[in-house]
Amino acid sequence: MDFRYTEEQLALQETLQRFIERDYGFEHRRALAATETGFSAEAWAQFAELGLLALPLPADYGGLGGNAVDVMAVMELFGRGLLLEPYVSTVVLCGGIIAAGADEALKGSLLPRVASGTLKLALGALEPGGRYSLAHVATRAVRDGDGWRLSGGKSVVLDAPAADLLLVSARSGGAADDAQGIGLFLVPRTAAGLRLTPYATQSGGRAADLELSSVRVEADAVVGEPGAALALIERGVDAALAALCGEASGIVAALNEATLGYLKSRKQFGVPIGMFQALQHRMADMYVAGEQIRSMAILAATHADAADGAARARACAAAKAYIGAAARFVGQQAVQLHGAMGVVDELIVSHYFKRLTMIDMTYGDADFQLARFSDTGAGA
Amino acid sequence: MDLNYTAEEEGFRAEVREFLRKELPQAVADKLRLGRRLTKDDMVDWQKTLYRRGWGAGMWPKRFGGGGWSVVQQHIFEEECAAANAPPQIPFSLRMVAPVIMTFGSTAQQQRFLPRILAGEDWWCQGYSEPGSGSDLASLRTSAVRSGDHYVVNGQKTWNTLGQYADWIFCLVRTSTEGRSQHGISFLLIDMKSPGISVRPIITLEGEHEINDIFFENVQVPLENLVGEENKGWTYAKFLLNHERTNNAGVGNCKRALAQLKQIAARQRAGGRPLSEEPRFRDRIARVELELMALEITNLRVLSAFARDNRPPGAEVSALKIKGSEIIQDIAELRMHALGPDALPYLREGLDPAWMPEPPLATHYPPYAPSLTGQYLNLRKTTIYAGSTEIQKNIIAKMILGL
Repeated sequence: MDFRYTEEQLALQETLQRFIERDYGFEHRRALAATETGFSAEAWAQFAELGLLALPLPADYGGLGGNAVDVMAVMELFGRGLLLEPYVSTVVLCGGIIAAGADEALKGSLLPRVASGTLKLALGALEPGGRYSLAHVATRAVRDGDGWRLSGGKSVVLDAPAADLLLVSARSGGAADDAQGIGLFLVPRTAAGLRLTPYATQSGGRAADLELSSVRVEADAVVGEPGAALALIERGVDAALAALCGEASGIVAALNEATLGYLKSRKQFGVPIGMFQALQHRMADMYVAGEQIRSMAILAATHADAADGAARARACAAAKAYIGAAARFVGQQAVQLHGAMGVVDELIVSHYFKRLTMIDMTYGDADFQLARFSDTGAGA
Repeated sequence: MDLNYTAEEEGFRAEVREFLRKELPQAVADKLRLGRRLTKDDMVDWQKTLYRRGWGAGMWPKRFGGGGWSVVQQHIFEEECAAANAPPQIPFSLRMVAPVIMTFGSTAQQQRFLPRILAGEDWWCQGYSEPGSGSDLASLRTSAVRSGDHYVVNGQKTWNTLGQYADWIFCLVRTSTEGRSQHGISFLLIDMKSPGISVRPIITLEGEHEINDIFFENVQVPLENLVGEENKGWTYAKFLLNHERTNNAGVGNCKRALAQLKQIAARQRAGGRPLSEEPRFRDRIARVELELMALEITNLRVLSAFARDNRPPGAEVSALKIKGSEIIQDIAELRMHALGPDALPYLREGLDPAWMPEPPLATHYPPYAPSLTGQYLNLRKTTIYAGSTEIQKNIIAKMILGL
């Protein structure tokens, strides 16, 4: 057992830390979030240069052959800096799905472009009325010669507005919530018959709803087995959950530092408010929560690549469920301990809080993941 | 980062498992499994069995006869022993006084006391709290006055665990009343057979005798039984508490209790199906399991950092103590609740090893039921002893957060 990052991982974190300090300060980040795209193309190019985009992708396809712990090291810093770039969607989630399930030709044509920063991807897996269920797919995939035609709607597709290609789940058989009958299809964002309704998200990113009206996709745009792709989607989403857990862990550490600093500097009744035991104990609770959160992020990262799908799903669900609830506690208390300063836009505290809140509700909140964990764990 | 065990560690686990299969008496394991009363001999004999195998104190350094085990080995050992329903090793001897004697005691004290602890020949108990000194331990007043070649000790210790079995007690005593209350405390080793010592049972809320008041009336203690320097005992006392708290996480014990909870929930019926399939109850189990999964990693992270830096346990153990004590309480509460109305009967005979329910009770009341409510009640102590949760938060605030 080893609970430390490798020298390489630590060096990568240092590089990212320097990048954030130099090029991605909080004011810069606020300005970026308000731009048209909501992220920095220059930063994306730099990530490519640093190898971040290649990091977890297979070495045979322009990647660096890294693992989920490497991703966690990156994501802790993404959390600390509240970076807006579509890293999880493009590299971890869609990159992971393609690496795990696409044929050689697709891998060869797509992954090197992801690694070099010239291709961005987004996953359209959720649908209206389906909440967090990946099996709730009413979008239809109908055979059309060699290819397919897709019709239906996808909701809250994170990072879709920036994506060159959308990875969309659609059903070629079965009823709306069946596990069987689901396929994954690559659709260019500019495809005929595809309409995007873009919007900003609460934590500064971008997303869109998709409407697909008989969108034609060729046979070579199918990822995995048409009709049997749910396991592949779940695998990709588990990797994303692990990444989000790492991001939350980084945010919680930063938020605890900020709150502790505030307790030491803010004076009321003639003394720093950190002198008051009620606040000391709250801060101690936040510290303990931070340690437990980090442990669960490690659990997810060390299992996200597991060949055993059940062990992987159990660990990722456990971590996301735990962190969803524990990070909510830390976020709410950080705002509370900052007093009215906690609810203003101009301090990073409220932005950390919003991001933690959104992470909880991304790909399954604490209740959803607890049920998923609980379903696998009874009697074990 | 890697949460996998090495081949050597897996080999060690297999060795421990094989040893437990061969050496742990079934009758003793059954007592733990069913929550029946353990005797002193059950625990002492188990220590002797471990000692014969060379595992009397895996966590001790080799030069004192210990196993010199890594943090991970200790974790594996603890986990396997708990899973097999082995009795606990006596913490007051092995994990509390021993590290103090190793670190601050004289060579003569080390040679005199440590081998007997290891071999299960001496049982130690703790003389820390007093009626007026609980969380404010440093205000203690039990006095030790020099008189020739010995101290004369007078006072009262309380909340003493299993002192009725003890051969020795380690005591914090006041040797000076000058300066701050932390100054003037000394760490004394006292033979429980000394004239002037009396032990009075305190019955706790579940009706059992686990703890005691201990009275000292002109008890003569040889000067050679002072550990370290006179008036420096507070330093040793805190050192001991940190060692005690490393053990308070009790991950192995929590895992055993959780496994037992799941078994009980699978056997109990609710609304025509196993309680384990009732979503509300199942989610409560799942929540505490998540907390325990996190603690298992946090525990290993914290302890392996101490080992790597070659330093004694620090204030970080307070986080382990807070979480471990809350988790075992939550599990005990769920175990009790799993029984439903069968949690209500108070059957003292049900704690006897041979007791089995007879009809009509046997139609609804399982053999593991009698202890569960008592254990819930008893385990309310865990967030109070070894420094209450509130004291642990004070320590975190001061020592880690710098508030």
